[in-house]
Amino acid sequence: MSGFLEIRGLSARLAGTGQRLLRSVDISLPAGSVRGLVGESGAGKSMIGKAVLGVLPKAVEIVEGEILLDEQDLLKVPPAERRRLIGAKAALIPQDPLTALNPSRRIGPQITDRLVDILGWEKARAASRALEVLVEVSIPEPERVMRLYPHELSGGMRQRILIASAFAAEPKLIVADEPTTALDVTVQKQILKLISQLQARHGTALLFVTHDLGVVSKVCDTLSVLYAGKVVEDTTVQRFFAAPQHPYSQALLAATPRHTDPAASLQPVPQAVIDAAMAEVAADDAAWRPQGGAHG
Amino acid sequence: MLLLRLTLSRLLTTLITLVGVAVIVFVVIRVVPGNPIAMMLPPGASAADIDRLKALYGLDKSIAEQFLIWFGNVLHGDFGTSITTRQPVLSLVLDRLPATLELSIMALVIAVIIGVTLAILGTRLRGRKAEAGIDVANGIGLSVPDFLWGLALILLFGVIWPVFQISGRVSPRLELPFTSQFYLFESIVRLRFDLTADLLSHMFMPALALALPLAAIISQLLKQSLKETVNLDYSVLARTKGYSETRVILSEALPNSILPTLTLVGVQFTFLIGGTIIVERLFSYEGLGNMAIDAVINRDLPLIQGIVILFAILFTFVNLAVDMTYAFLNPKLRHA
Ligand SMILES: Nc1ncnc2c1ncn2[C@@H]1O[C@H](COP(=O)(O)OP(=O)(O)OP(=O)(O)O)[C@@H](O)[C@H]1O
Ligand SMILES: [Mg+2]
Repeated sequence: MSGFLEIRGLSARLAGTGQRLLRSVDISLPAGSVRGLVGESGAGKSMIGKAVLGVLPKAVEIVEGEILLDEQDLLKVPPAERRRLIGAKAALIPQDPLTALNPSRRIGPQITDRLVDILGWEKARAASRALEVLVEVSIPEPERVMRLYPHELSGGMRQRILIASAFAAEPKLIVADEPTTALDVTVQKQILKLISQLQARHGTALLFVTHDLGVVSKVCDTLSVLYAGKVVEDTTVQRFFAAPQHPYSQALLAATPRHTDPAASLQPVPQAVIDAAMAEVAADDAAWRPQGGAHG
Repeated sequence: MLLLRLTLSRLLTTLITLVGVAVIVFVVIRVVPGNPIAMMLPPGASAADIDRLKALYGLDKSIAEQFLIWFGNVLHGDFGTSITTRQPVLSLVLDRLPATLELSIMALVIAVIIGVTLAILGTRLRGRKAEAGIDVANGIGLSVPDFLWGLALILLFGVIWPVFQISGRVSPRLELPFTSQFYLFESIVRLRFDLTADLLSHMFMPALALALPLAAIISQLLKQSLKETVNLDYSVLARTKGYSETRVILSEALPNSILPTLTLVGVQFTFLIGGTIIVERLFSYEGLGNMAIDAVINRDLPLIQGIVILFAILFTFVNLAVDMTYAFLNPKLRHA
């Protein structure tokens, strides 16, 4: 079965030092399903999201692999076409709503711009679609909000707007990069529920980057555990929580406090597990021979 | 509301500044060596003659007394009489002001066009050789002062490839139908584009000489700011929507980078106006700056005072205008 998003053997490295950031990553995401991307800070979760959306930092180069979006290899199409393809079929829900909206532009155009400029919709149709999605994310007085500037809205409201903006063009894939970490704890739950609802209603495939295994258990169908840019476990959420296979996954799960027992303290990942995972990655590096040159 | 409060407080500080400038100028030009009376009388004039003339111009009184008299008159709109031309200072100065304003604004427009274009280009081509080229151009623009640009331009466009006028404001043989001193503006309004062309041909080199250092500053500051802004989250988000790099620079980054650049450009624009003094002289352009040099050479104290006060008013006005524009362009202040 081929997913709407298929990442195959994707390797990336830093242009200057040659340090490997992604190690033959394979990720398959069928249409309408949700995959969690977990791993410690610096594991490369965001890097995968950025690669899919074509916004890798200049310093990062893709060495090999394929990113198939709707059966087209993004790394093989010319840049201008790739941008349009991604803009039409995928969208991002960013991490920090305070910095992801342009402070000098009104809300309305920041939702409708993609519809008008990239998808060629008429302005009136784009505006009514924007109102529609703003209602869907429970923004009060959407007509008024469209005329406001970002600084006139709270963080929670802004994240709702960014979610609305992501769903506005009915993309088949949404990448959500820790969409709740920048928010108040009280708002986090609402936003999570909102994303989950919209995803189910629209049948969007969702790549959900997070630290939080609790979130994964609520939102995701499948899960990729990342360590140092390598997928160490690719499994369903059910199987992961029942019996994680990889030692690193087991340690990660053990490190997560159960919601039933809030008093339980966070267990650090044991050093032995980290050493083992490092050794595995090192062995992998030793065996790795890049094929051909860098793509796009 | 905020805008109003800002304006009022700025007007007050402006007034205080102007009085301060008036005092300093008044004292300084009377303390530095050089005697206006000596310049007016033939050699060998009697001491009695000198005293009579001194009394006529009020130069026999103490500096404090002179200042109070002058300041009282100024409050009534009387800036005194030029010693050399024996005409009212106010009308002399106001007659020349439009020429300098037109030149400065033209220079500002050129600087903004060149600076913004280079900044956008440099940002679009960041990390490539072309960006390094723009950096070098900025470096040269910053390190060569306006009057040296003037000399270089005279050599280039006046001597080697003589396509522009190198002297004056307008060709003397032309009949001028103008009723104001805003020649360029009037020539456009009256649709006399033949005159516009002649005026521009005269204005081009001094304006460009004044513009180049400012263009380099704008280019450097704006590019630096743009390069930061294109990596911010909202710019990245715009890229995921399908926008091209150029579009991201123009519609996401530029509106946010213009604001911090604007304040500095305001300050630099006052330097540009100061630069007209030498550059107008260089191109024999009949503006305030050129007049200022004549006034200093002739020790024409009332005229010097008048010109300096006018320049000071001009500077504070520019700063005020920049602050207002900033407040107006900034959504956060506009809605406060
Ligand atoms: N702009 C960049 N230039 C160079 N290296 C980078 C850049 N951004 C990230 N990296 C490196 O790439 C690696 C993966 O980073 P990434 O942002 O994907 O981590 P992450 O898993 O999302 O972590 P976090 O949970 O902290 O967001 C890290 O080692 C990081 O240092
Ligand atoms: Mg991240």
